[in-house]
Amino acid sequence: MRGARFLAVLLGALGAATTAHAEPYVVVQDGIPKPIAAERGDPGRGRAIVANRSVGLCLLCHSGPIPEERFQGNLAPSLAGAGSRSSESQLRLRIVDAARINPDTIMPPYFRTDGLRNVAQPFVGKTILTAQQVEDVVAYLVTLKD
Amino acid sequence: MTSRAAIALLIAAFAASYALAQGSDDKRRSGYQDMGEALQKMQDDDSANPGMLFVQLGRQLWDKKAGSADKACADCHAIAVMKGVAARYPAIPQGADTPIDLEGRINLCRTEQQRGAPFPPEDQELLALEAWVAYQSRGEPIAPPDDPRLAPFRAQGEALFRLRRGQLDLSCAICHDDNAGKKLAGATIPQGHPNGYPVYRLEWQTLGSLKRRLRNCLFGIRAETPAWSAPDYVALELYLMQRARGLPIEVPAVRP
Ligand code: HEC
Ligand code: HEC
Repeated sequence: MRGARFLAVLLGALGAATTAHAEPYVVVQDGIPKPIAAERGDPGRGRAIVANRSVGLCLLCHSGPIPEERFQGNLAPSLAGAGSRSSESQLRLRIVDAARINPDTIMPPYFRTDGLRNVAQPFVGKTILTAQQVEDVVAYLVTLKD
Repeated sequence: MTSRAAIALLIAAFAASYALAQGSDDKRRSGYQDMGEALQKMQDDDSANPGMLFVQLGRQLWDKKAGSADKACADCHAIAVMKGVAARYPAIPQGADTPIDLEGRINLCRTEQQRGAPFPPEDQELLALEAWVAYQSRGEPIAPPDDPRLAPFRAQGEALFRLRRGQLDLSCAICHDDNAGKKLAGATIPQGHPNGYPVYRLEWQTLGSLKRRLRNCLFGIRAETPAWSAPDYVALELYLMQRARGLPIEVPAVRP
C-alpha cells in the first residue's frame, strides 16, 4: 500500500519534464562512442538520477545496487554489473534509444522524441532526460562492475 | 436470511470461484488476488469496506425524486431488476447505435426520464448510484452481451489496449498482459480487470470510476488522457469486460 502510493507520486511527477533538443549523435555498430553532451558525465549525479523515481524512472522496472531505495521493480534485469556486460558506447545507445538494440524493448527511449504517439502536452517534443543527464547516467552505469 | 448472512454467502462464493479459476487452465486473476490480505479483509467485511458508505448513499438516492419530471429511479425500476446489469455493460441503448457505459446509462435516465442536468464526471452522487446498481450484481460473473454491433467497438478497444503511447512509449498490454504479477517499483501490476469498479481506492481516499483508473494509467506513462466523454474509454471497457468474462463483479471493491 505504501509502495503503491509512492508509485503514484513517482508516476505522476509532471514536474519532471526536461527540455532538451535531441542533439545529433552518431551510432556506430551497437553503440554511441562519443559523449552527446559537452560536459563530462558525473557518476554521482548519474546515481541520483537513476535513484530518482520521477527523473530516471529506472527503478520502476530495474533493481540496482541502491539499497536506500526500498521499492525496486523486477520487469528488467538488475543494473548490478551493467558496466561489465556492456561498454560505455553500448550503454549510451541503450539509454538514448534502447529500441535500436532491441526493437521490441519496453525500455523507454530516454533521448528520442520522434515516433512517439499521444504524448501528454507537457512532454511533447521533450526527451525524458537531457543530453547531460544521459551522460551522467552512463558515467554511473560504467562504474557498476559487479 | 438476514442480508448480512446473504452477503457472507456471496463472499464465500467469491473465494470459491477464484479457487476454481486458479485450479484450472484459466490464468486470470482479479486485482483482489494481487492485493495484501489486510486489503482483502477490508473489501470482504462490509462494516470495514469504505465503499459501502457509497452503496448506502446510492440506496437513498435511488428513492429520491429529482429533475423537472420529479421522478425517482425507483418510480421506473424495482432495484431487484438491476441484478446482472453491471455484468453486461457497456451496451447499446434502445434507439442508439453506439455503446454507453453504466454511468452513461445513469446519466441518460437522468436527462431523459428525470429531466435533470447530467452528473459531471466523478460526481459523488453518480458514483454512489452506480455503486448501488452494480452492487446488485455482486458475485455475478461478467457476461458481455452477444450483440454483434458491439464487435467493432470492442476491436477498437483492443487496438487501444495494444497501442504504445506516451513519452514512456508503453501500452496497456505491456504492463497488464506481459508483465502482470511483476513489481513496478513497489506495486504488483494487476492483470487490469474492471470487475471491481467503481472502487474505493486508498490512494484516492474515495470511490472512483474505471475511467479515473484508466486516466491514472495513461498519466503514468505521460500519455494524453482523452476527454472524459471520449468514446475511447467505452471501447476500452468493452474489451476489458470481454477479457474478464466470467470473473465475478466485486463492487464495491477496495484497491490500494
Ligand atoms: C519500462 C521499463 C524500463 C525502464 C523504465 C528502464 N529500463 Fe532498462 N531495460 C528494460 C528491459 C526490459 C531491459 C532488458 C533488455 C531489453 O528488453 O531491451 C533493459 C535493459 C537495460 C540495460 C542492459 C542490462 C544488462 O543486461 O546489462 C541497462 C544498462 C539499462 N536497462 C539501464 C536503464 C537505466 C539506467 C534506466 C533509467 C534511466 C532504465 N534502464 C529504465 C526496461 C526498462
Ligand atoms: C507502466 C505500467 C502500466 C501501464 C502502461 C498501464 N497500467 Fe493499468 N495499472 C498499472 C498498475 C501498477 C496498476 C495498479 C496500481 C495500484 O495498485 O495502485 C494498474 C491498474 C489498472 C486497473 C485496475 C485493476 C484493478 O484490479 O483494480 C485497470 C483496469 C488498468 N490498470 C487498465 C489499464 C489500461 C486499460 C491501460 C492502458 C490504457 C493501462 N492500464 C496501462 C500499471 C500500468
